[in-house]
Amino acid sequence: MNSSIKSYLNATTNAAPLAVFRIGFGLMMLYSIIRYWAKGWIETIYIQPQFHFKYYGFEWVKTLGDYTYILFIICGIASLLVALGFKYRLAIIAFFLSFTYIELMEKTTYLNHYYFISVLSFIMIFLPANAYFSIDAYRNKIQYKNIPRWTIDSIKLLLGIVYFYAGLAKINSDWLLKAQPLKTWLPSKYDIPFIGETLMHQNWFHFAMSWSGMLYDLCIPFLLLYKKTRGFAFVLVVIFHVFTRVLFPIGMFPYVMIVSALIFFDANFHNKIIRYSKKLLRIPSAKAIETKSVFKLKRKTLVLPIVTLFLALQLLIPFRYLLYPGELFWTEEGYRFSWRVMLMEKMGNTTFKIVNGKTKAFFYVQNDDFLTPLQEKQMSFQPDFILEYAHYLGDHFKKQGHEHVEVYAKSYVALNGRLSAPFVDETVNLYAEKETFKPKFWILPFNDEIKGL
Amino acid sequence: MLKRIILVTLVVSAILACSSSDDSNSGNNSSDTYNRTAMLTNIADNIIIPGYQNLSTDLSTLVDSKNAFVANVNQTNLETLRTNWFNAYQSFQAVQMFQIGKAEEILFEEQMNIYPTNTTDIENNIANGNYDLSSVNNNDAVGFPAVDYMLYGVADNDAAILTTLSNANYSNYLSDLIDRMQTLTNTVLTDWTSGYRDNYITNTANVASGAVNQTLNAYVFYYEKRLRADKVGIPAGVFSSTPLPSKVEVLYKEDNSRTLLLEALNAVQDVFNGKAINSNIEGESYKNYLIALDRNDLAEVINDRFDAARTKIEALNTNLKTQVETDNTKMTEAYDALQLAVVSLKSDMLSAFNVSVSYVDADGD
Repeated sequence: MNSSIKSYLNATTNAAPLAVFRIGFGLMMLYSIIRYWAKGWIETIYIQPQFHFKYYGFEWVKTLGDYTYILFIICGIASLLVALGFKYRLAIIAFFLSFTYIELMEKTTYLNHYYFISVLSFIMIFLPANAYFSIDAYRNKIQYKNIPRWTIDSIKLLLGIVYFYAGLAKINSDWLLKAQPLKTWLPSKYDIPFIGETLMHQNWFHFAMSWSGMLYDLCIPFLLLYKKTRGFAFVLVVIFHVFTRVLFPIGMFPYVMIVSALIFFDANFHNKIIRYSKKLLRIPSAKAIETKSVFKLKRKTLVLPIVTLFLALQLLIPFRYLLYPGELFWTEEGYRFSWRVMLMEKMGNTTFKIVNGKTKAFFYVQNDDFLTPLQEKQMSFQPDFILEYAHYLGDHFKKQGHEHVEVYAKSYVALNGRLSAPFVDETVNLYAEKETFKPKFWILPFNDEIKGL
Repeated sequence: MLKRIILVTLVVSAILACSSSDDSNSGNNSSDTYNRTAMLTNIADNIIIPGYQNLSTDLSTLVDSKNAFVANVNQTNLETLRTNWFNAYQSFQAVQMFQIGKAEEILFEEQMNIYPTNTTDIENNIANGNYDLSSVNNNDAVGFPAVDYMLYGVADNDAAILTTLSNANYSNYLSDLIDRMQTLTNTVLTDWTSGYRDNYITNTANVASGAVNQTLNAYVFYYEKRLRADKVGIPAGVFSSTPLPSKVEVLYKEDNSRTLLLEALNAVQDVFNGKAINSNIEGESYKNYLIALDRNDLAEVINDRFDAARTKIEALNTNLKTQVETDNTKMTEAYDALQLAVVSLKSDMLSAFNVSVSYVDADGD
């Protein structure tokens, strides 16, 4: 056992796939940053709101006002440097920190694929992605043909986790037996050419998409791993992601997944890409560069435990929901960071009552006095948002001179085609409740059942 | 390998594209997709356009009686003027929720019904005699609420009101207010009847600028903000430490504030059910759309909640200001009933239609 682990850790593989991955990742991130900027989202999401929702434990993260643009510039430059492989280690650390900081500034925009970018860039800090076909290699006049095998495998594992866990999450009665939420979403895509008016409203189509989506997610990592099915699997990856791109406003995610999936191909394929791009960009093959066969990892005793622990956590974190009572889709305790994508059509309406605990005099809050439409939408059905906002309101009105401030929420939530139902116990003063990892007793029980994982 | 993959990808996409276009030919389309054009046609032809026509007719009657009054300031002419003003105000309740197209462009709602009206601005305008009624600064000094003040609030009793309105500065302002309301309404109506309607009924794309999306967003926004909050919530003090009875919709002809509220609620429910404005015929509607999506349950809940809200409102004093001042609990109960329908419209109905909402712009996953 021990020796097989040892020999695995000593096994090497061609460095080209990781180099191509680095370039693809860097360029896509650069494009994402530019796209985000061009859409004006830096302004509307990070600068305009007077209040920002923060992740539990990261309340200390400050928003930067107009300096947010500088943070995006840093992140964009870091992406470019990662792609070029110039000062790679510094660049990827800067990318990880700046990108993650941007995400931590506002919980409202949480997306699984942003989290995936943070996870991926964290692990890339420890990988020798600049060993081959990079400016660093040219400058140091040394490049390495081979790198430890686990480095590429760890990226494959992360990709595999995303797909497989997304597939596991689809094994539930709403998805498979009611075809929800696709049954709600697909008919509204009636204006897509050809299939809009013919397929999108068909009951069998909703079920076909639900089941094939589940099977796709579960199988694709294995189909990509196995050489004989790899080409076919990649075609599926392209079709699947392009299709979801057409149907849903999911931004860069499909492209990130398509480009990332290339890493499953063998070295010949990636060497061809490198040769091709060298020709295209007229990069002179630098003869002065010494090519060594195997890259030797420095600080192995530090890097290996970190990477192992991190990957183990990635396997475990999605299952933390098992520690909470109640329906996961309803309470969302343990929902994030678990690759649960496209599983719910959930909308809520939550209003807040500010009560003077002594006199019992009260008034309601108009949410749009404090929140942007996007924030209000997200706040209305997620308990941790509701609690955080209740505290913000409590503090706000206390500062305004109101006395004995108590904050109560009146909340209704509709999930996957069910009629909206009361969501929060109206008699609980949320201003007195603290955010913790413990179950939130003030979330009312879900009066239906969703079977499954 | 790279070439092969590109090739395979292209071939498969081509097959996918072709096979789906074959489907659309053989499947002989859309027998069981909901016909959104029919719904928009019903809303445009039987609700919006006749709604504006009614308002336009009422306003030209109002203009006539105003002219008669200005020519001859007396109690009889004042009474006629008042009656015609209130008739037009009632008709307006049926169109305010359609703040789309031309109405949105020219800020129709903002120039017709901002209340409470700003009496200081009105008096200053009258004193200066030099005013631009289309200015944003004058939004709270024009429209129905401003006329309400001119006809009922400008002095303590009718004799004094007649004396004040005999002053040319006052009668000019009153005249300009009413003329402007007519101009604005006819601008919107003409736009509908001269081309906009045809674009509207075919603009069924599910994008933020689609007609279904815009109409729905304006509808839900109107119900939540203009009806639930402005007409009931704010005067009842649900958003403030104390009730604010002087924020009711018709502050000066105060006996009739409930009438306008009921008109507005009926109009909202009629649009939901696709009921024509000038008859009892029901056509394609949000209700039928929900039923087509298999959400009969929701369609029923929404109608039940509108009905429940109406019952609560009918229990109120015809003078909402008096109601707030004497027994505000009934007013807040009406607010709560109205709020329940907001829940159904916003979280259930918009979710069921899955419409793109213009003001929420970000990626999903």
